[in-house]
Amino acid sequence: MSEGKNDIQKENVNNPEKKVSQGRRDALKAMVAVPVLGAMAYGVYQKKKTELNNRNAAGMFRFKGDVAAYTPTNSDAPILRLGIIGFGIRGKLLMQALGFATPDYVENLKEQERIDPENTRYRDFLAQEDLRIEITAVCDIFDAYGEDAVRAGSNVYREGKNGRYGREPKRYLHYRDLLAASDVDAVVIAAPDHWHGTMAMDAIKAGKHVYVEKPMTWTVPETYALRAVVKENPHLVFQLGHQNRQIEAYERARQIIEKGLLGKITLIETGTNRNDPNGAWVYPIHEKASRDTIDWKQFEGDPERIKEYMDYMTSAGVTKYVGPEPRDKFSLERFFRWRCWWDYSTGLSGDLLTHEYDAMNQILHLGIPSSASSSGGVYFFKDGRTVPDVLQTVFEYKEKDLTMFYSATLANQFKRTRKIMGHDATMEVGNTLTVTVDPRSEQYHQKIEQGIIKPGEPFYTYVPGQSVDAVSSATERYFLERGLLYSFIDGKRYNTTFLHLKEWIDCIRNGKQPSCGIDQGFEEAITAHMGTRAYLEGRTMYWDKDKELITRE
Amino acid sequence: MKRVSQYSKPQIYSLLTLRLFIGWYFLYEGLAKVFTPNWSAYGYLIDSKGIFAPFFVQLTENPAVLSVVNFINIWGLTLVGLSLILGLFNKTGYIGAILFLLMFYLSHPPLLYAKYILPTEGSYLWIDKNLIMLAAVVVLMLFPTSRIIGFDSLLIRKKKS
Repeated sequence: MSEGKNDIQKENVNNPEKKVSQGRRDALKAMVAVPVLGAMAYGVYQKKKTELNNRNAAGMFRFKGDVAAYTPTNSDAPILRLGIIGFGIRGKLLMQALGFATPDYVENLKEQERIDPENTRYRDFLAQEDLRIEITAVCDIFDAYGEDAVRAGSNVYREGKNGRYGREPKRYLHYRDLLAASDVDAVVIAAPDHWHGTMAMDAIKAGKHVYVEKPMTWTVPETYALRAVVKENPHLVFQLGHQNRQIEAYERARQIIEKGLLGKITLIETGTNRNDPNGAWVYPIHEKASRDTIDWKQFEGDPERIKEYMDYMTSAGVTKYVGPEPRDKFSLERFFRWRCWWDYSTGLSGDLLTHEYDAMNQILHLGIPSSASSSGGVYFFKDGRTVPDVLQTVFEYKEKDLTMFYSATLANQFKRTRKIMGHDATMEVGNTLTVTVDPRSEQYHQKIEQGIIKPGEPFYTYVPGQSVDAVSSATERYFLERGLLYSFIDGKRYNTTFLHLKEWIDCIRNGKQPSCGIDQGFEEAITAHMGTRAYLEGRTMYWDKDKELITRE
Repeated sequence: MKRVSQYSKPQIYSLLTLRLFIGWYFLYEGLAKVFTPNWSAYGYLIDSKGIFAPFFVQLTENPAVLSVVNFINIWGLTLVGLSLILGLFNKTGYIGAILFLLMFYLSHPPLLYAKYILPTEGSYLWIDKNLIMLAAVVVLMLFPTSRIIGFDSLLIRKKKS
């Protein structure tokens, strides 16, 4: 205290009339912070104001109703008994999505986690919700797959080798015997394309609910037949396996278009780029595969379907695409790589175009196009295949005044985004959405002039799982493009196939209609068939809406 | 008082300027996060490189831990900024600033081959602006000014009285 006093006296010697205390002088000096903080407050205020303006500009991209929240299965829901037809590549994935995997597969997941602790696939698989289902029956015409399916079906505790297993499902050698079983309520069909329609029809006729992989049908006639059978049995739930129906961003895309935020849409561009043998359907041949372990007769197909197929190929004059080997000739290549031949396959149209089409049908309710033209060829995989590895298909929607363009190659994997092009803006649709305003937009003309919207730059991005919609910042875009952020929704990653199967199961339990039912399936199948026929015949195919027929003029 | 009065006026004002600038930087970094709804360090942490990267990435894995990290970032940066500008509890402020800058540096060291998703505005090798600022804060700590210009001077007086 005394020291302080002395200081004051000393310092005030030269200025005796100004009796200001040292404390006050210190306080005054400390006030240097005031203008600094004031400047900061002013800066923050101005910045917030600008941001608010921008946010208001994006306000039109705000939506109230989001995608329905995830509803867990009731723990007292009755057990649903499932039969699995086909345990090949897709069948295995479907069963895993249902929560059933072979012990070998689980062992593999554990190993992956051991090597890389950041790999969460094993934990995710264990954490996946129990859908309260039992696999009571499996069917595969290749013994090794059939036996694997039994092991997967009994692996109710999701264990590795030497674990506890539940009751083994019965393995059937013929799918019709499986459909006749009384302990099967519903079936999941993942057989090759040429069997989809037949099996689905037979299953419905046998009183089973059906989940069938895409494409819905192999021939055009069976498409009508299947629709009729499903419509006659409205109490049975039919779901086509387009899991894209579960992608949250697509629902948001639909809302954006419904609000008219893109303006009049005239062109949709979609495509497929893959660049590896697996992506071109050159799958490995199983070591145990032979004449003795494969039921080739059943693989050949349903005689009625084969007749429909041959009738069309002959009448259209495109028998050069049949075979080239006789159907009854055993072939491991054909068994494992059936997608390469029209005799079993629907080619790029059925396998990959259908995904793109169904996504766009989900977002835009396109329906069946008025015409389709295709071109392409076998340009890279000259391995004896008859289906093209490069395909361009153009669908015209005369009534909607728009074109949907599909472009695919199996020998390049450059990333091309799906683009929905409107007069006012373009939306790129993937797991995330990006809307870029068109410089010549009329709707946004004023906002562009005011500088609120910068045309040509992504103006709005929607990232699933993010609670706040925001005008995209450079930072967000960087993370987004690298796919680093938001692979988790609410901290949990959902497999879309799981969600799609769950929707089907929920509908069976609640008597509701799933998102990809028979009407959507019919549109998908006819659209794909139009594209295929246009390719095979080398001419434009038309859709006669009134007669519901594919015509040549 | 004797010790501090050894500074010449230009020395005091240049030290003060440095303190205010660094304080400003911290305060705005904090406020920007305060005003960003749902701001998260997730993206920054997951982009960590170098030997400490596993530690920083680990912070993102547990939502509870991440929310603590977010809270510390948002309010820590703000408080450090206020401390430096006001000249209040400056010693604590400097230690906080050093810890923050050290974390920033260690999570994103400018290594020879490290490539970050977020682009930097300059070119750096081993030494970056975080490290330079850290050194500046150390200098400020060794040449204190808050007892001459700042609220710490009032605290000192109060303590003495």
